Amino acid sequence: MLNRDEDILQAAETWQKQGHGVALATVVETWGSAPRPAGSSLVINDDGTFLGSVSGGCVEGAVVTEALDVIASGQPKMLEFGVADETAWNVGLSCGGTIRVFVEKVG
Amino acid sequence: MKLEVLKELNAERAARRPVIIVTDTANGEQRLVKAKDVAADPLRAELAKQLRMGKSGNVEVAGKKLFLNVYAPTAKLVIIGAVHISQALAPLARSLDYDVTVVDPRTAFASPERFPDVPLVAEWPDVALPPLNVDHYTAFVAVTHDPKIDDPALLHAFDRDCFYIGALGSRKTHAKRAERLRAQGAKDSDIARIHAPIGLDIGAVSPSEIAVAIMAEITAQLRLPPKEKEEAA
Repeated sequence: MLNRDEDILQAAETWQKQGHGVALATVVETWGSAPRPAGSSLVINDDGTFLGSVSGGCVEGAVVTEALDVIASGQPKMLEFGVADETAWNVGLSCGGTIRVFVEKVG
Repeated sequence: MKLEVLKELNAERAARRPVIIVTDTANGEQRLVKAKDVAADPLRAELAKQLRMGKSGNVEVAGKKLFLNVYAPTAKLVIIGAVHISQALAPLARSLDYDVTVVDPRTAFASPERFPDVPLVAEWPDVALPPLNVDHYTAFVAVTHDPKIDDPALLHAFDRDCFYIGALGSRKTHAKRAERLRAQGAKDSDIARIHAPIGLDIGAVSPSEIAVAIMAEITAQLRLPPKEKEEAA
């Protein structure tokens, strides 16, 4: 929950009305020094355009890729990024935290 | 998230009404709970707790893992009186993420030099307050020490059901204020809502310390459950 950047939810609605495929990615759990709190979210459309953030920039690229799959399949997905996870380390959650991100299709 | 849920969420947010989205993260099942419906919800204890803290979180109910995403409006702080205390209070409140507005019809007080970066309205409360959309998610502080300014502002705050109302002045000053407000039609239950003397009792002396005492009292009002709130006051 961060009110100041929540017009991203308005963008999600607008994109959907314009006929885009849209996904919403939300931080649902954090451990350690995760950069964004639970409730922070990112919206992604089928162009790969995104707004908001789930990690302050560390893992957004990976989340966007997964979100495009979710838009195509319609099936929600839970993603986990952390230091113990080699892929996550590669995408750079270097702050040492772990986050779980729920990705769902809008519509 | 279904489009209808998203639309309803955006409508509630635009109206500054808190909402919680409950998601079963195993299968994506979702529902929207409005703040006014929390008391009648099967998850009322969990929902009320998250809502009060303004914080999203997970709960496990009957073997289901549920994510409660809280969308609470940004709290506002309206300060009546562009006085020395307000010069300390406004930046402090902004650092706590409040949307701050200072109202004072006295232009010598309400000057941008004294309040850089803070929205200032140099008008009487009857003109200044209606456009500010003062609501329940507003903390309201009257610190001019001038009944002509503070009293009508306080009546407006009662009317809008602000979650916190505070007014500067000793117990004696406040007793006189209560009499005046009663004469203008305020109910005893409204007058009882005024925190006066203002701020938690931390022995504050300087304007900055008084600002800390006021923000601490506002925070307690916003975050503590009702019973502990009475103990803190």
